[in-house]
Amino acid sequence: MGRRPKVVPGVLASFEQIDAATDAIKALRAGGHRGLVVYCSHPNHELEEALETPVSPVRLFTLIGGLTGCTAAFSMTIWMNLDWPTLVGGKAIAAIPAFVVPGFELTVLLGALASVLGVILLSLLLGQRGVMYDPRFSDDRIGVFVPAGAADAPALERLFRDAGAVEVRHATP
Amino acid sequence: MAVVAQEPVITQTHADVTRDVVATLGKPSTGYVLAFFSAVGLFLAGALTLLVLLKDGLGHAGYQPPIFWSVYITTFVFWIGIGHAGTLISAILYLFRSPWRTAVYRSTEAMTVFAVMTAALFPIIHIGRQWLFYWLLPYPNQRFLWPNFKSPLVWDVFAITTYFTVSTTFLVYGLVPDVAAVRDKVGGWRKLVYRFASAGWLGTDNQWRHYSRAYLYLAALATPLVLSVHSVVSWDFASSIVPGWHGTIFAPYFVAGAIYSGIGMVLTLIIPLRRVLKLEHMITDYHFDNLAKLTLLTGSILFYAYGMEYFIAWYSGNTFEQTTFWRRAFGPYWWAGWSMIICNAFVSQLLWFKKIRVNRTSLFVISIFINIGMWFERFVIIVSSLSNDYMPWAWDQLNPTWADWGILAGSFGWFGMWFLLFARTFPIVAIQEIKEMIPLPRKRGGHH
Repeated sequence: MGRRPKVVPGVLASFEQIDAATDAIKALRAGGHRGLVVYCSHPNHELEEALETPVSPVRLFTLIGGLTGCTAAFSMTIWMNLDWPTLVGGKAIAAIPAFVVPGFELTVLLGALASVLGVILLSLLLGQRGVMYDPRFSDDRIGVFVPAGAADAPALERLFRDAGAVEVRHATP
Repeated sequence: MAVVAQEPVITQTHADVTRDVVATLGKPSTGYVLAFFSAVGLFLAGALTLLVLLKDGLGHAGYQPPIFWSVYITTFVFWIGIGHAGTLISAILYLFRSPWRTAVYRSTEAMTVFAVMTAALFPIIHIGRQWLFYWLLPYPNQRFLWPNFKSPLVWDVFAITTYFTVSTTFLVYGLVPDVAAVRDKVGGWRKLVYRFASAGWLGTDNQWRHYSRAYLYLAALATPLVLSVHSVVSWDFASSIVPGWHGTIFAPYFVAGAIYSGIGMVLTLIIPLRRVLKLEHMITDYHFDNLAKLTLLTGSILFYAYGMEYFIAWYSGNTFEQTTFWRRAFGPYWWAGWSMIICNAFVSQLLWFKKIRVNRTSLFVISIFINIGMWFERFVIIVSSLSNDYMPWAWDQLNPTWADWGILAGSFGWFGMWFLLFARTFPIVAIQEIKEMIPLPRKRGGHH
């Protein structure tokens, strides 16, 4: 087990209603708050719109993985055939059409694995740690966490309550 | 009477979904325990058979000239075929935005992974010297040899390992948020296990942002993969010159058959499973109706393919082709030939009737026919085609032996064992995708 990450100070609100959560997010963003962490049990477009989430760069991983797979497969099959030339069925030694199948397979294989690697890297390893969490966020609640010092906490709690939060908790280091 | 099934209105809340799915992971029922130990028993029978084969060699398997591909290759193609429904439902129907896939896709994905895992054993069993299977892989070796990349058999090694890896990745990837939901509901040592398996998933906006995007790409990559795997398997046959194998129709014919058999197996599994796990309110008539329609479509494609194979055999004017097809229906393997045609082409046509599509008993019986019919289809294609080659003096028949049946039974045990273990350990219904379909409550009322 690794060391427990340092607790990020801030305020965590629980919502039961989606529009209450999006209202709070919009109000926080309008107030200049950044570094919000929003929890939900499923991907939700309304939350994404409120947060104005940019498109994930994971597609770059997919592209690079796929191209690597394709290049690796063609280079491998062509090189191996030139290294040990065998005439099969009157085909050329480097018979490109026959190598399309391994080419396709490795494109898909490395493309898929690279995408997952991208997600692991971007969302699990590089994700923010030590942010307060509540097990009900994987059930039926929506969570909005805003990093803040003790001085801002009462105002933020009021903002959350006004938006319709059912519970507000404070994270102190 | 409405022919198009209406999407049911989901009355459950998000909390209900988590509760009901987590409840499936509780104490197992007697039916489950019985099914699990029966599967273990079958697996042990298969393992024992394999031990004898390892000790004595493949002589027990009943091979005799001209037939050296028989029950093991038949069963290999059978299981690979079964493994097609999962990724079709989870990837292709995801891209098509079919709402009915959500309740059934996890179980079909799991079925896919375990079916491919089962299938992958067969080429290894079949090669005889099982401990040398790694010769198929391109690695630097003392013989300075590389595999022949112009051979469909080597393509197949790549196709199957890729398919297995990608479908396992897809299954595990989809499970992560659901495992996190289970982690937050259970206690004790189970919580520790699920915490480890959830890989730090918390459902933050940042996690979902990358996760959903990558899911889309995985689906897009898996879609051509589904269609390619059985095409490559079909080329194992079609690129040779054996009469009955050398056909351009083989790839689409095999893919349609694979999806047909896969959905057959899905039905065989989920009809009893939904009752045992008390998921009747989640997997409903709506889902069965749609699965049955997909079965009808692919069954009809098979019907067409069977007809077209006979037509081309006649129309080609090729004596060898004509003889092969004549013998499929009226030769020594007529029983296998007719089992295939009746179970696949004719039985599937019953699904034109909605009453049959939404009746669980009739669907279950039909699904058993599909499983049997699709095994026979591969038996007919492989064994009956090989039994009559170009030289009539060499024609002979093969009768499967105990070693064939033992391994076949063992494969069902091996598959069943893993599937049942999975169904009790992980959410068999995708929690987060069902939740995506249920609107969250609003303070201002109404829906988005």
